[in-house]
Amino acid sequence: MAGIVLGGLAAGMVLFIVSVGLSVTMGLMGFVNLAHGGFAMIGGYVIVLSMNRLGVPFVPAVILGFVLTAAFSVVMERLFYSKLYRAAELDQVLFSIGLAFVMIASVIIIIGPETQPLILPSWLRGQMDLGFTTYRTYSIFLIAVGGLIALGLWLGFERTRMGAQIRAAVDNRKMAESLGINIDRLFTITFAFGSGMAAIGGGLGAEFLGLDPQYTLKYLVFFLIVVAVGGLGRITGVFYAAMLIGVMDFVLKKYVPQGGTAFIYALTILILLVRPQGLFGRKDA
Amino acid sequence: MSAVDIASHPATQALVNRHKLRWWEPIPWILAIGFFFLFPRHLGFGNEMLVMVLFALSLDLVLGYAGIVTLGHAAFFGIGAYTVGMLARHGIWTEPLSGLLIAAAVAAVFGLLSGFVLLRTTGLTLLMLTLCIMLLLEEVANLAQEWTGGYDGLDNVPIDPIFGRFEFNPLYPTTQYIYILCILFIGFLIVRTIVYSPFGESLTGIRENTLRMHAVGAPVRKRLVISYAISAAIAGVAGALWAQSNAYVNMSTLSLDRAATVLIILVLGGYGRLYGAFVGAVAYMVLSHYLAKLYPTAWQLGLGLMLMVIALFARNGIIGIFESLVARWRGKPAS
Repeated sequence: MAGIVLGGLAAGMVLFIVSVGLSVTMGLMGFVNLAHGGFAMIGGYVIVLSMNRLGVPFVPAVILGFVLTAAFSVVMERLFYSKLYRAAELDQVLFSIGLAFVMIASVIIIIGPETQPLILPSWLRGQMDLGFTTYRTYSIFLIAVGGLIALGLWLGFERTRMGAQIRAAVDNRKMAESLGINIDRLFTITFAFGSGMAAIGGGLGAEFLGLDPQYTLKYLVFFLIVVAVGGLGRITGVFYAAMLIGVMDFVLKKYVPQGGTAFIYALTILILLVRPQGLFGRKDA
Repeated sequence: MSAVDIASHPATQALVNRHKLRWWEPIPWILAIGFFFLFPRHLGFGNEMLVMVLFALSLDLVLGYAGIVTLGHAAFFGIGAYTVGMLARHGIWTEPLSGLLIAAAVAAVFGLLSGFVLLRTTGLTLLMLTLCIMLLLEEVANLAQEWTGGYDGLDNVPIDPIFGRFEFNPLYPTTQYIYILCILFIGFLIVRTIVYSPFGESLTGIRENTLRMHAVGAPVRKRLVISYAISAAIAGVAGALWAQSNAYVNMSTLSLDRAATVLIILVLGGYGRLYGAFVGAVAYMVLSHYLAKLYPTAWQLGLGLMLMVIALFARNGIIGIFESLVARWRGKPAS
């Protein structure tokens, strides 16, 4: 029992790390970014390839993945995304699907279509004794890292000036603009940060989600579900939703391998019908 | 102020003549008939194309005219396909034309029920709900193996000859081509009539300014739900045609792939303008065919670039580009 909860929590943490950026992007900028999974995939590739081919150690590789993906996303944001902030939802959907396609194809052409394995450093392999149970070290590591990131984001969001600006912009963009908040800069930084987080999630999750070019769209629905269920732009909402979906998916895959996914879709539909703004979203947001 | 003669005002004339046939409107049909004689060995390709035109037309009604952004329109395509496939395979109903009507009815009921519940929401929630319902159906089709054949689908679906005379032959799909073209023509006439009717005009009004339509007392949600149900019925017919002409049904009819494909087709051609579905289907099928030959593993590259360009610079698709070229040639700004 403890093992199932731990496994589910570890999966949920990865979902959280990837989805939180998407939630803020969609909440703050109102941009339906279906290429978010692509940034996670690219970040995952940077992390895994720099470890496997260049021999970069695990932690610096993760940081490198964050930095390079964030830098790449700044270029994309300035060149393209910023042109579409005020465009119709459909144009954003199309642009970001198109970008996702281009990312998939480019990675296939440059690196190849095969799955890239994440080879864990020795200190993350094996089992760990927790007192009440022993469990995979890497899963416990994921829970710890995810928890720290969640705490850090929550503090940053609630306690810093930047966080207050983001919250203000999510709640009422016009008002925030008229208060002199530099929305353009805020958007760029947030977008870069969200893509960087996705990169970390892509790398850390590669061990059990796998990592290949199709990753871009394969898990997108799950990221979107987490964001929609959690509520737009709500860090705590995304966290609870990711844990809920992560644990449920893990449990269902174990006990009802056939119908598990159907149940998650059905649950999402029910939640969104009762609360269209998500479980933790505000009604007027 | 003297009364303006409203009846002879150019704007009035334009509105009155909106629904009239224009000189170029028969062209796609002539081309479709020409294809039958010019490429007798590629009729399978042609069938797929015509079915996708009908499917894209159904999407155009809700997305292009009513402004409902859905990512799960393949739900109705799949429902139509599975209705025909399951009825025929389990020996309940094998007559093709009435099969189409049954498929349309089942899809319409599903569209009505789901639309009634879904269309209270907008934006991301609506996107997610349409997507999740389609994915849920795909899972159900996988799970209900006894009825749907699960992952493998149903093959060798028996279909009676049309009018008891014209047999479907998968190797020489001439009957299929004529059959699909006729149904497409009827479907097109229905959609064309709807969009130029007062009902269709009110859908455009809802798309342009929902609040104002509420203010003038239009039953906004009721109209959206009805248009959604009609669109579902047409998508169901497209799916049923697909199942009949291929003599099989599988989960691809319900997949995100198909939903994305039809969206891309419509947008590539130009949505909200009836013939966008035709232009888009031809452009998409030909483009993806050649891209797949050029880059067997990475054919999405060209398609992705094209989508990005359209979203950024050419929001009205190929027809929109053509329209602005014509307008420039005539020395008038694009309307």
